[in-house]
Amino acid sequence: MQMGMHTEKLSGKTQQRFFSPSEEENFLYPDGFDVDFNKRAEFDAGPLSAKEINLKLRELMSQGNGTIVMHNPGAKHGVAVGLLQRLNLHIKGSLGYFGCGLIDGPNINISGRVGWSCAENMLSGRVVIEKNAGSTFGAAIRGGDLVCKGDVGARVGIDQKGGTILIGGRAGAFCGFMMQRGRMVILGDAGKNLGDSMYDGTIYVGGKIAGLGVDAVEGEMTDLEVEYLERKLKLYDLQAPNGVKNLTKIVAGKQLWNYDNLEPTEKKIVL
Amino acid sequence: MCGIAGLIHRRKTGDVGTEMTNMLKSLKHRGPDSTGFALYGTPKGNELVLRFKVAEQDEMKKGFDIHQQVKDRRAEVDKRLKELGAKLVKVEEATEYAFRYRIDFGGDRRKLADYIEDIEGAEILSLGLGLELIKDLGDAARVSDQYHLNGFVGTHAIGHTRMATESDVDIRSAHPYWAYPFADVSVVHNGQLTNYWKGRRALEHRGHRFMSNCDSELIAVYLADKMQQGSKLEDAMKDSIHELDGVFTYVVATQDSLGMAKDVMAAKPMVLYESDDFIALASEEVAIRSVFPHEIDTWDPYEGEVRVWKAEGARG
Repeated sequence: MQMGMHTEKLSGKTQQRFFSPSEEENFLYPDGFDVDFNKRAEFDAGPLSAKEINLKLRELMSQGNGTIVMHNPGAKHGVAVGLLQRLNLHIKGSLGYFGCGLIDGPNINISGRVGWSCAENMLSGRVVIEKNAGSTFGAAIRGGDLVCKGDVGARVGIDQKGGTILIGGRAGAFCGFMMQRGRMVILGDAGKNLGDSMYDGTIYVGGKIAGLGVDAVEGEMTDLEVEYLERKLKLYDLQAPNGVKNLTKIVAGKQLWNYDNLEPTEKKIVL
Repeated sequence: MCGIAGLIHRRKTGDVGTEMTNMLKSLKHRGPDSTGFALYGTPKGNELVLRFKVAEQDEMKKGFDIHQQVKDRRAEVDKRLKELGAKLVKVEEATEYAFRYRIDFGGDRRKLADYIEDIEGAEILSLGLGLELIKDLGDAARVSDQYHLNGFVGTHAIGHTRMATESDVDIRSAHPYWAYPFADVSVVHNGQLTNYWKGRRALEHRGHRFMSNCDSELIAVYLADKMQQGSKLEDAMKDSIHELDGVFTYVVATQDSLGMAKDVMAAKPMVLYESDDFIALASEEVAIRSVFPHEIDTWDPYEGEVRVWKAEGARG
């Protein structure tokens, strides 16, 4: 019943693990490429279209490159999407909309900023953004770690179904809207309607909360959570402003229609 | 969907025509129906720049006598300007149906606008000391080429690429909108206003004119009305966050300022780059990258946020 994980019984290998260059045992999708992390390639994405960039990534992976450095992505949309295998990808610059979407396994570091809907539907892996991120960051992710060291826009982790989202700065309104599983940590301030209509999962906030959404309530921190969060933040060189123990924990109040059989008029009284 | 953009040089002038053209080219995928620019040049004394059209682009392809009608309408504009005491300093034909006049006029600008727009097919696109508002059908490259905007030197600019959703594909529904009758105020908008008709009726009762059925025009007229009542631009924009209903992000420019406002849901995108010398904002970062190819820090303004920047180099 701790950490909002009591219903997080993820099934399938891809949802429970993420790759690490140091991991010995990894696995491949049937059409995945067998890559070597010690084999490295670099390319300039500046003159390429988004489609050409994604094809270039596949070409380099098919040649066995397990570490790829992409230069000058130019905030193009839909870059580095659908990567379904282990890979160390270093993106030197910023991405536009829907960057790193639908990925399962890669370890991606972005030196710049990302636009709306970064890592949407991510299944596993790790995406670290050094600067800021746009709205709908990590929408519907199911696993892995998604980290933004700067500020993010509105609706972070909308429909989040698993995994961990870490934000070093502030976040906008409606974060965790209809969240179902997983963890979200906002070390700065959070906008209004935080956790609106969340079913499950846990949100931790280090700064001020402008307002909670419908059926979002404060929860009590446990030792296990503190230990887990300290470890997780340290991994990405992040710090809670007043210490992990003082993060505000938000969970689902579970008073909405899907948790009971109340009549509409009764629901109004409850809420 | 629509794409909006704005930029301002805070301490000097720059080639805002080319910069805005490049930004809007990058946003073409957000709306190819029409493109508009509001460019702010350096004022020349008290001379006013009058941009107007006497026909829609589509009209020029229809009707055997449209070309003569255009000539007649323009002649009527010239006649009425003289009647009101406006002296024509320089006359330029941007297209067969759109014109740029420099006029010397110290009279009532609203009266002038109303009298000109009383002519069939005539619409004043902008009137101001520094503002030049250009909008037409087609993408940014086409409109910029057609109106020779590359090389336009000024302090700031806003622009729009339109995907028509709730009104026609024509010039009168294209952005930016001039905040009639205020000189030098223009607006571009991305989103939908749900209290458009209610707001429009209220403003029409107060004597304001609407040239289109496009909800975005309401923002320009709303801000004009507020300023007419004595509000400062930033205060009027803050009021708009609560009084305009719907989802919106809009950018507004005056003779010396650039501003942006975002609705309380933060439902429409905006990316912002801010430095001591230069501000650039757009629906997508890719537009800012067209001005700054090197790495820069950008971020999203938040819900309900209003920002205004001033061009210190502009004449106040």
